Amino acid sequence: MTPRYIIGKIGLWLSVFVIVSPAILFFLWMLSLSLKFEVDNAAYPPVLFPDRIAWKNYADVLASNRFMTYFINSLIVTGSATLLALAVGVPAGYGIARMAAHKSAIVILIARITPGLSYLIPLFLLFQWLGLLGTLVPQIIIHLVVTVPIVIWIMIGYFETTPMELEEAALIDGAGRWQVFRHVALPIAKPGIAVAFILAVIFSWNNFVFGIVLAGRETRTLPVAVYNMISFDQLSWGPLAAAALIVTFPVLLLTVLAQRQIVAGLTAGAVKGG
Amino acid sequence: MTQSTPAAASTEAAPEKELRPPSYWPFVVPALVVVLAIIIFPWVFTIWMSMNEWKVGSPTTFVGLSNYLRLTNDPRFLEAVGHTLVYTVLSVVLPLILGTLSAVVFHQKFAGRGFLRGVFIMPMMATPVAIALVWTMMFHPQLGVLNYLLSLVGIPAQLWVFHPATVIPSLVLVETWQWTPLVMLIVLGGLAAIPTEPYESAQIDGASFWQVFRFITLPLIMPFLFIAGMIRMIDAVKSFDIIFAITQGGPGSASETINIYLYSVAFTYYDLGYGSAIAVVFFLLIVLLAAVMLYARQRMVWTEIKSGA
Repeated sequence: MTPRYIIGKIGLWLSVFVIVSPAILFFLWMLSLSLKFEVDNAAYPPVLFPDRIAWKNYADVLASNRFMTYFINSLIVTGSATLLALAVGVPAGYGIARMAAHKSAIVILIARITPGLSYLIPLFLLFQWLGLLGTLVPQIIIHLVVTVPIVIWIMIGYFETTPMELEEAALIDGAGRWQVFRHVALPIAKPGIAVAFILAVIFSWNNFVFGIVLAGRETRTLPVAVYNMISFDQLSWGPLAAAALIVTFPVLLLTVLAQRQIVAGLTAGAVKGG
Repeated sequence: MTQSTPAAASTEAAPEKELRPPSYWPFVVPALVVVLAIIIFPWVFTIWMSMNEWKVGSPTTFVGLSNYLRLTNDPRFLEAVGHTLVYTVLSVVLPLILGTLSAVVFHQKFAGRGFLRGVFIMPMMATPVAIALVWTMMFHPQLGVLNYLLSLVGIPAQLWVFHPATVIPSLVLVETWQWTPLVMLIVLGGLAAIPTEPYESAQIDGASFWQVFRFITLPLIMPFLFIAGMIRMIDAVKSFDIIFAITQGGPGSASETINIYLYSVAFTYYDLGYGSAIAVVFFLLIVLLAAVMLYARQRMVWTEIKSGA
């Protein structure tokens, strides 16, 4: 029994090592690229742990004032799109769950299936006609395409599982629907809102396709800025990798810290933006 | 409700039914407005535009279905359909296999499982453009780390995304690396829902690990595998960020999928009418693929029932 148990344990840890290593090695390599001088990045055979560390790659990226502009753009777009989505999506999820209007979820399914570019063509014309191109407004609005379905979908699922008894008691006591929602349903739904918030933030932050069409030089978000660095401004790998890591670092941190919520949200709704 | 007398229940239920449904509408209205504006309106408008000759900067004319007819003899579009299908099939099958195996491992109990699961899902949460950038560096024929790793096991250097023959498999490698975690999560949810009884009796009967997996686990997680496959299909068909950031459809047009071609037509040539027609056909293709998968699934369930009986 004991040798067999030990072999089983070793086998399990070996399997765990094998399946986790593609992720770990990739991000380790990304970190390594971002911390090496040009000479070390061009070395053959490649060096994983360099002798000297090029902190200057990060300093260069952060020092360029455009990068700060793009960072702030990303914060504004993702922040607004997420908060607006929560403002309309949480009550909607509540209403749909309480009315048991499951057919309305079809709209969300359609939104999930539709390629992001299909929204871009008509909305691009609309924004052009309204004279909004060149501001952040078009991007905030179009990011709602990503965030609103995520929030509604997760909130329907969540409100369906919260107990009705308290709400019914409050109704009998003479509270209005809005009061019941505000003071009874909403506090209970906090964990669900957290899940919706985290996923909406991540998928909005990561979005690329809307930005390449709608963003001008001043209104780029970080993913678009990084893409433009590849094609035009930068040829050396160190600063490029550093920029890529800075862009995705908040998301990676959130993923590890909130992995329980993320797993719950993704497996409940199995949603992805874009 | 069940404890109250029938008479009381009916008098209670009658006014409630009149009151309840309308009173939740105010909660839904704001979202409805947003959904109408950003999802329904674009759809209707896209269909309208697809029936027009619509180019930025020139007047539009109604042309009926001629944009759709143009698609049928556009070699670049037909080629893109082919690329999309190859890319999609590979990007569904590989993550399904690897994701299921990973889920079996993550279903076991071991120290640090939660944290490692968080690490495992990092590829799918990370910003696609950022990881595309690093993959591009790794694919570099001279300086890339992948060719060095191949040389360690005696495989000659590859051109990866820089050669027409290897570009799609290379992109599928990235897609698989990125999305295997989602399949894993869905299958893991399925494994957690399996009752323990069949495993206990299998253990008593002395079934091997492989037999248990093949005859107990696999049939029971089939519904979850199907959902995972469906989601994977929808995302793989639409895959844009990775392909666009790494190859932009190149070299030549060797990795140009429908989505990439749609982008060029609409936002490089600004041929919005034709682009809209591509968008409509593209959507219908996704629905068709989903229907085929549903049909195949239905057939499988029936043959299972028949062979079982």
